[in-house]
Amino acid sequence: MLFVPGNNPGMIKDAGIYGQDCIMFDLEDSVSLGEKDAARFLVYQALNTVDYAGKELVVRVNDPATKCGVDDLEAIVRTQKAVIRLPKTESARDVLDCEAIIARIERENGIPEGSTGMMAAIESAAGVLNAKEIAFSTPRLIGIALGAEDYVTDLKTKRSAEGIELLFARSMILLAARAAGIDAIDTVYSDVNNEAGFRAEVELIHQLGFDGKSIINPRQIKTVHEVYTPTQKDIDKALAVMEAIEEAHRKGSGVISLNGKMVDRPIVLRAQRTLDLARAAGICLEEGNGHA
Amino acid sequence: MNVTTTAVAGTMESSDVMVTMAPREGGIAIDLDSTVEKQFGRAIRAAILEELDKLGIASAEVRVVDKGALECVIRARVKACAYRACQCEAYQWG
Repeated sequence: MLFVPGNNPGMIKDAGIYGQDCIMFDLEDSVSLGEKDAARFLVYQALNTVDYAGKELVVRVNDPATKCGVDDLEAIVRTQKAVIRLPKTESARDVLDCEAIIARIERENGIPEGSTGMMAAIESAAGVLNAKEIAFSTPRLIGIALGAEDYVTDLKTKRSAEGIELLFARSMILLAARAAGIDAIDTVYSDVNNEAGFRAEVELIHQLGFDGKSIINPRQIKTVHEVYTPTQKDIDKALAVMEAIEEAHRKGSGVISLNGKMVDRPIVLRAQRTLDLARAAGICLEEGNGHA
Repeated sequence: MNVTTTAVAGTMESSDVMVTMAPREGGIAIDLDSTVEKQFGRAIRAAILEELDKLGIASAEVRVVDKGALECVIRARVKACAYRACQCEAYQWG
């Protein structure tokens, strides 16, 4: 998920060309107070005009408890093009209050109620402790994300290279997302020039189980894709598992084995996820299993 | 809406456009400075006039310095500038 400042026409214009999966236009922290209106008009026009080639689009709005936040929702919900990202979510009530405004805008504009997706950013100790209730708060929620900069400030610490200070928050957010069946997206890595540090962090959150990584520069996209794209060995193993299942079904066998080992449901689910990720990465699985 | 004060929106950065709007009597006057004026000047003026018409602005002095902005950027900056120049925050969408 590439963060794009909402008041930068050059970045908004080019945001679709880098091969990332998702674009998040920001109307909040990256826009100065005096330019909130201009950024809102810019993102609104871009969403209605620019073809972002099927990428998932998200807009981070300002606090919906403020006029600025409500104005953001009034504009963005009407486009029907983007998921609303709620910043600094501390409780299910925060999500439900925002949802009520979205639902009102949908009703007033003939937009099918419930069609606007939401994402919640958790950026405080209170938010992390309430991650489960936030994740289960509304069917509109497609994911929850960690916002680490505000979170470590709230903890009265700072970010380290190893990220030990984020382990509890990452674990809580991930568990809450998995229990609710929604996506878990990790925080940004601000030091764009530290490629080794970024790769280590992406490998860590991939191993933890996160669905994706927030990024602030197109240069970071390649690393995320490299870490998240299954290896040929993983793909071959997953394909073998799926072939073993098909073979067992053909024979009417209830027990599935591969190379002398039993294949049970978790192994099948992991194999399916590996193949899903491979397809998402553009790897052709049906024709010789080479890169597309 | 009526333009009641001088306002600015946008920047002089590449891909952006800086729009300045001021009160004026007797219609819209557009002063356009664009590197692509020969190719797109007519389309840029048409977009500006269309946005002002949608907002019900019949009179204004509009100075536009274009740095290669997309049409959607021009429309966005004109709207932002118009609301500021009319000192209005009751935004209309659609």
